[in-house]
Amino acid sequence: MSTKTPSKLEKILDSGALAVTSECGPPRGSDPAAITRKAEMIKDYVDAINITDNQTSVTRLCSLAACIHLKQMGLEPVLQMVVRDRNRIAVQSDILGAASFDIYNMLCLSGDHQQFGDNPQGQNVFDLDSMQLLQTVRRMRDEGKFLGGDDIQRPPRMLVGAAANPFADPFEIRVPRLAKKIAAGAEFIQTQCIYNLEKFEEWMKLARDRGLHEKVHILAGVTPFKSAGMAKYMKNRVPGMDVPDDVVKRMSGVPKENQPQEGIDICVETITRLQECEGVRGFHIMAIEWEEKVPEIVERSGLYPRPQV
Amino acid sequence: MIRSITQQKPEAELDRLLEGLRRVFVIGCGTCTTLTQTGGAPEVAAMKERLSQEGKLITGDLVLAVACDNLTGETLAEYGDQMDQADVLLIMTCAFGVQNIALHSGKLVVPALDTLFIGKETALGEFNEVCTQCGDCILGETGGICPVTACHKGLVNGPCGGTNNGKCEIDPDKDCVWTLIYNRLRDLGRLDAMRKLQRPRNHQAVLNPGKIRISV
Repeated sequence: MSTKTPSKLEKILDSGALAVTSECGPPRGSDPAAITRKAEMIKDYVDAINITDNQTSVTRLCSLAACIHLKQMGLEPVLQMVVRDRNRIAVQSDILGAASFDIYNMLCLSGDHQQFGDNPQGQNVFDLDSMQLLQTVRRMRDEGKFLGGDDIQRPPRMLVGAAANPFADPFEIRVPRLAKKIAAGAEFIQTQCIYNLEKFEEWMKLARDRGLHEKVHILAGVTPFKSAGMAKYMKNRVPGMDVPDDVVKRMSGVPKENQPQEGIDICVETITRLQECEGVRGFHIMAIEWEEKVPEIVERSGLYPRPQV
Repeated sequence: MIRSITQQKPEAELDRLLEGLRRVFVIGCGTCTTLTQTGGAPEVAAMKERLSQEGKLITGDLVLAVACDNLTGETLAEYGDQMDQADVLLIMTCAFGVQNIALHSGKLVVPALDTLFIGKETALGEFNEVCTQCGDCILGETGGICPVTACHKGLVNGPCGGTNNGKCEIDPDKDCVWTLIYNRLRDLGRLDAMRKLQRPRNHQAVLNPGKIRISV
């Protein structure tokens, strides 16, 4: 995996250091301070910041514009792009738009179905799927070609990532699916939030058995619980999420006012344990509307200060 | 057999569509809408009764054998007088039937149903869409199960991350089609097919609206 882009994230991953990324959800309005304020809180504690793309299909300020705000702050954005809302013309056009602002990281996703959001009657596009989006960005970058075959002037230079969910079923499909995403062009992976560590470690072992950990940088995804209620909600209501009973029990077992701290503790313990897991190359901390806790999580996990590259 | 699957429009919408139209001729179909109980003889009778109670005058009614068939024109001709007395034809067939009746009668038509999909009855009273007629068939690589139709996102390169106990994240009553495909390919010893990266689909295999001509 030799360095192919100007991405800071790529440099850190290639250096062998554990990378730390986090994410900011754009606001449901046009105030740029809603993004820059969140970014200020975490900027010294992470290497790159994902900007989500209308997550849960709820209309928000667009990911690309939010990434540009981060770029103007001198930070390293990861543009998340879903294929739910864009056909292949819009996909390629937005990639070029991001490249024109020298955005060097992109995460390729299918996107939540619009049924979950504020426009359930809207048309879903899914012209491409996430695999084909990966292939598209790689082709644009590596071959300098549009999907239609024409040459691109000043092709994009982006590190290309994908999501992986080790917990959705059938389990036996999950490592082959990772392999397929790597074959499609994924260079880094950010996983679904990990609460079931045994299952994640089993998935990593199966990935290592196939040598996949040497072909892609896997960032383990974590999300701190704010409350026992959130743990129960994630367990019961969020599809593809695996929250073991003992984790819910642990959150419920402490008084309400101590639950946020318990959630942070679980998150730090998870990161600490997974630093020992061969093939884990970093962490993706998704502190949903709780960005102010990212510094504490990073520091207590022994991942601060961040490397300068 | 493949059927056109329909459901009745909400009463409020129907009332709006029929506003100012007092004399109504009601037409059902003996094929698909009879099966789905949306436009067979009992539903036509119930519709007549409801409209009468709302002060409409029913000039006549008819349940065509197959509303989308070319014979529809001849059958309609036999009801010419009753239809001529009507301000509107209220059609309880699928949209194919509505268009066919409009063409052959030249009368103002109002559909009483929404046409949902082309599908089949997979259990008593349960209808499933089986083909979206996309023009770019990949069934040969998916164990004969169609993800373009049966995956809510139409994903052709495997499942998203939302599969829950083999069910789809957006409808727990629906199987995740990629779980079904995985199981089928595993049983066939053809799991390799899932490794293949499917290219972006051709959404314009036939330019919409579809029209082809074969040499005969």
